[in-house]
Amino acid sequence: MKISGAEILVKTLIEQGTEVVFGYPGGQVINIYDELYKHQDKLKHVLTAHEQGAAHAADGYARATGKVGVVIATSGPGATNLVTGIATAYLDSIPMVAITGNVSCPLIGKDSFQEVDITGVTMPITKHNFFVNSIDKLAGIIREAFKLAKSGRPGPVLVDIPKDVQTALFDYEPADVVAPYPKKPVTSAAIAKAVEIIMAAKKPYIYIGGGAISGDAGKEIEALAERIDAVIGTSMMGLSAVPTKHPRFLGMVGMHGHYAASIAMHHSDCLITLGARFSDRATGKTSKFAPEAKIIHIDIDAAELEKNVRTDVGISGDIKEVVEKLLAVLPQAKHDDWRSHVEELRKKEAASDPVDDRFSPKNIIRLLNTYKNAATPVVTDVGQNQMWAAQYAEFEQPRKFISSGGLGTMGFGLGAAIGSAIATGERSVLVTGDGGFGMCLTELATAVTYNVPVTVVILNNTVLGMVRQWQTLFFGKRYSNTDISNRQTDFVKLAEAFGASGYRAENESELKAALDAAFASDGPVVVECMINKDEFVLPMVPPGGSMDDLIVKVGD
Amino acid sequence: MERYVVAVLVNNKFGVLNRVTSMFRRRGFNIDTLTVGETQNPKLSRITLSFLGSDNKDQIIRQLEKMPDVHKVQELEKGSSVSRELLLIKINNSSEARQDILAIVDVFRAKIIDYAPDSVTIEVTGESGKVNAIIDLLRGFGIIEMCRTGIVALTRGKENVLATDAEIEEGSEG
Repeated sequence: MKISGAEILVKTLIEQGTEVVFGYPGGQVINIYDELYKHQDKLKHVLTAHEQGAAHAADGYARATGKVGVVIATSGPGATNLVTGIATAYLDSIPMVAITGNVSCPLIGKDSFQEVDITGVTMPITKHNFFVNSIDKLAGIIREAFKLAKSGRPGPVLVDIPKDVQTALFDYEPADVVAPYPKKPVTSAAIAKAVEIIMAAKKPYIYIGGGAISGDAGKEIEALAERIDAVIGTSMMGLSAVPTKHPRFLGMVGMHGHYAASIAMHHSDCLITLGARFSDRATGKTSKFAPEAKIIHIDIDAAELEKNVRTDVGISGDIKEVVEKLLAVLPQAKHDDWRSHVEELRKKEAASDPVDDRFSPKNIIRLLNTYKNAATPVVTDVGQNQMWAAQYAEFEQPRKFISSGGLGTMGFGLGAAIGSAIATGERSVLVTGDGGFGMCLTELATAVTYNVPVTVVILNNTVLGMVRQWQTLFFGKRYSNTDISNRQTDFVKLAEAFGASGYRAENESELKAALDAAFASDGPVVVECMINKDEFVLPMVPPGGSMDDLIVKVGD
Repeated sequence: MERYVVAVLVNNKFGVLNRVTSMFRRRGFNIDTLTVGETQNPKLSRITLSFLGSDNKDQIIRQLEKMPDVHKVQELEKGSSVSRELLLIKINNSSEARQDILAIVDVFRAKIIDYAPDSVTIEVTGESGKVNAIIDLLRGFGIIEMCRTGIVALTRGKENVLATDAEIEEGSEG
């Protein structure tokens, strides 16, 4: 029996294992929404307040589970509103399928109402995209989109479906959930060369990135560290791949990385890099990056090898497979001098971080650690709040740190927190700022509509803190457009206006009371924490510097 | 900076050329010449690209290989491949210049394809170096307009850049 393109789309989404789609209806997707209505027992649709929020929610859903996140938007402005969300997913290699409606084929190219060339617009920010120009290709393209999104290095794929393809009739044959494209086998020559370097190393350091999470290789990485007596550091995207309290784990490296993690990397003589892409935020000045180290770079994406830093061995392949192959041949090693050097660095780090009872971002995040559990997704916005969460939040399981790394999207947080809470069934914690929260706070409506368990912790310093920090340090304290104290937004009343609960905390005991209430609630709760506008994110590698130039205290 | 030539076998579909050139643009790689046309397999087109590069050649090839519409990428190195460019060039003609022009056409084994008392159009094929050389020689007569195709190239011997049917099937739908 022939069915409509819109129904084929919905049936194919269900067939491919989609349980939830995020989206917003509009003129060119009415037919799809009609089918979503008819199939609501099999496929849940979450209506957001804005398409950008839907894209971030689908992204948060994917980050929290590893499954493909799905988002639907109408043509024109609906489609362009997805762009920031798609780019966010692209830069962090998050599997996502974005479906957009478009005007009917005969109207394409005529600047019709709500027509936009969204495949042209999203070409540089998707792994691939499709314009479906005839009904017979629709199901195959949807399946191919899922396949591409989850194959190799994951990423977003957009499928643009004109209205007349949605209404055309065609046969639908159910198919299995598509498997990713097979991974290319790893050559033994490359493994042998890596083994040679690792065995000659005296100061081995394992540097991991987001690929350690998408490649599900945390346990293997811990085993490798034990075997070769290495320490482990991570890019921001690699956070939660290895438990924070793992004795070999030093923390995050980079512009705002942990002291011991960054300095030990600088001193290492063998840097085994797994699923990290040497972003400029992680490396600092590349010419001075890990100057004494032989660099082994292992990544699923061959195009990452030799892209940003020089490497001694580049291996393109599945991280888990490569590490297992390394474990099969590497003997047990012992590097006492190196380990004690690292211990000295850790002691120095601890000494520069005295315990105090100020109502500071650090102490707020540390208090949050005592409320959340191992399964809690910690979501951030972008800026100082993100760095504080990255530095002080603790993780026991992978996929629990959800943050826009590559694109650095302010406004990412609330949508992603909603998506990750829906995906996991766990209460998510969003650490955000008054600036970032202000960008997409309309999604509180979504959280209320679906009673999504989200604790929104706003670190309110009344300024756009990260830019202000740069203005303080590098721009002679000329605070151009970073003071937002005159906005006078009352976040407690705002939460209440949306139908959520809101609390304000000016000290630790007020925060505890608010968090007690939040974690006892089953819906969205906003907790506004009033912090000092002169709180800085430290340590900091100044722009153009290397790890060696780390500023630990302002005035250094 | 050295000049590299690569053959890129892609799906013969609308938008593919756009994807390939867009990748060059957004990564800041500069295309020197580009030709594109269908292959003996109508499902596939062959893009021949030349670019000036230094240490970014491998990066460019890897970025190309990563694209779902790209089946194969092969560098065509000078020694192991043959390459040609076609040039059409229209220059000023006059009774005084005629003999010199004909001599150049003869030496370069070029062809006169249009002739008028005050202009002459010449067709030249050859490697880029030869094409550059004749342009330099003809410049003195006054070039009215010119048009060159960019490089097309094949490997020497039986080696080829064709994809098997299985490799094509592996590619994307639509």
